[in-house]
Amino acid sequence: MKPDSLKNRIIPVLTILISIVAVWYVAAYFMNAPFQRDLDRRAEVTSTTMEFIGKTMAQPKPILPAPHQVVSNVFENTFLRSVTSNRSLVYHAWVTLSSTVLGFTMGTLTGILIAVGIVHLKALDRSLMPWIIASQTVPILAVAPMVIVVLGAINITGLLPKALISTYLSFFPVAVGMVKGLRSPEIIQLDLMRTYYASGAQTFWKLRVPASIPFLFTSMKVAIAASLVGAIVGELPTGAVAGIGSKLLAAAYYSQTIDIWAALIAGSVLAALLVTIVGIIAKIVDRSMGGRPA
Amino acid sequence: MPMNNPPSSVVSASKLGLTFETSDGPVHALSNVDLTVNKGDFVSFIGPSGCGKTTFLRVIADLEKATAGEITVNGMTPEEARKSRSYGYVFQAPALYPWRTIEKNIALPLEIMGYSAADRKARIERTLDLVNLSGFGKKYPWQLSGGMQQRASIARALAFDADLLLMDEPFGALDEIVRDHLNEQLLKLWARTEKTICFVTHSIPEAVYLSTRIVVMSPRPGRVTDVIESTLPKERPLEIRETPEFLEIAHRVREGLRAGHSYEE
Repeated sequence: MKPDSLKNRIIPVLTILISIVAVWYVAAYFMNAPFQRDLDRRAEVTSTTMEFIGKTMAQPKPILPAPHQVVSNVFENTFLRSVTSNRSLVYHAWVTLSSTVLGFTMGTLTGILIAVGIVHLKALDRSLMPWIIASQTVPILAVAPMVIVVLGAINITGLLPKALISTYLSFFPVAVGMVKGLRSPEIIQLDLMRTYYASGAQTFWKLRVPASIPFLFTSMKVAIAASLVGAIVGELPTGAVAGIGSKLLAAAYYSQTIDIWAALIAGSVLAALLVTIVGIIAKIVDRSMGGRPA
Repeated sequence: MPMNNPPSSVVSASKLGLTFETSDGPVHALSNVDLTVNKGDFVSFIGPSGCGKTTFLRVIADLEKATAGEITVNGMTPEEARKSRSYGYVFQAPALYPWRTIEKNIALPLEIMGYSAADRKARIERTLDLVNLSGFGKKYPWQLSGGMQQRASIARALAFDADLLLMDEPFGALDEIVRDHLNEQLLKLWARTEKTICFVTHSIPEAVYLSTRIVVMSPRPGRVTDVIESTLPKERPLEIRETPEFLEIAHRVREGLRAGHSYEE
């Protein structure tokens, strides 16, 4: 098992990672070189090629920071600062995480409710589905400020408006996945329930719900990532004081490119973590439902 | 209508017809079927595909509605019979729920019909023993072979108190050796439980080996062309299939099938 996973999983992933870092370094050099040349000319310094390359990787506000600059920024702001500090990435990630999780929970519940309605009521199937699809074509960046402003006007501020944007993005994959999942039982399995004269509720709880569980987790993986995007987008246009989104905005405002990249990395790590957690729960549930070990 | 049937008749059909309306026009799945299945019978339905044998079984089970004629099941309409849970149905595929263990699968109808937990446990044990699957209750379906899965689905149909067992080509997807073995077991099970069995098949040896009566059907429109009473004894070892008596019945079935086919090809 172990050497197998090393060969089949870790090495391919590592290969891609190394290539990305290599391309990134090369790109950093070419992106930052013109400005560095400018600086050197004005200061009338001549440097060797190696020194010059080194300088392109050590600018305080580079166009494209080198990987090691971002890594050291992330490390510094994650482990070396108190978690209550405004500069701590942990603090900002926590703020974003809380609205992500709240929005994701509401979105998942909404999505499940919509799916149950669509599967059981023909009228909802016909009337609701086109609206649900249309809802996802609305650009969220345009909607987010309106949501925050409108809710702010009726004195709903703080966590909930941000979470609502996450809800808006996350209910969709869950609704679509659950409609598919609740309809996944085969005709033969439904016929079987009919021969038992099972009630609608019994068919729902004993057949449709368990059959839909794998679909639920697949769509929840998509939904949690979308929730995070929603939370970050919710922080961007609203003058939020905390969260990965506000960190991105503030860093952009002051051209702190290294901080932007660090916040991006923090967001990605958060996303990977959340998707992994959902994946692990999915695996545990699958095992307890008799899933064949892969 | 129910009063006209003698109490020993489990299924009684007269002039039964079923027409599916399709975009290509009506399809006569069944026409003019007259048939009585008595208590304790083992009746096989045999015929080429499209002859309506499965449709007839589904009409008995109230999974399809007849469009002409009369049918009673246990003296009731099929719908009443279904609602009073008069039959167990075994499908072509095991249709076990993959998220339930074998014993939980057998418990499924019992849960739905409201049997107590203690009763469920006793019935699971008894039916697992009936199909020779004792000790496999805690396994999940994927851990069992195809033949064992189908036996589990038979156990599920036997678990509750229905005197009628409807089987729709239950061994059709299994290989010959497994099928022989299951046929033998099914006969023993039939003797032990004294159920009435309606069995759809397209295998002549299977039909002759198992049945007390063989209903030969032919397609377009689906109808009964011959009903053959078996003269074989109730006790049937597998070797009975080599006897002249067996071969003669098989020959008659084959003739019946050929007659039903001859005028259209």
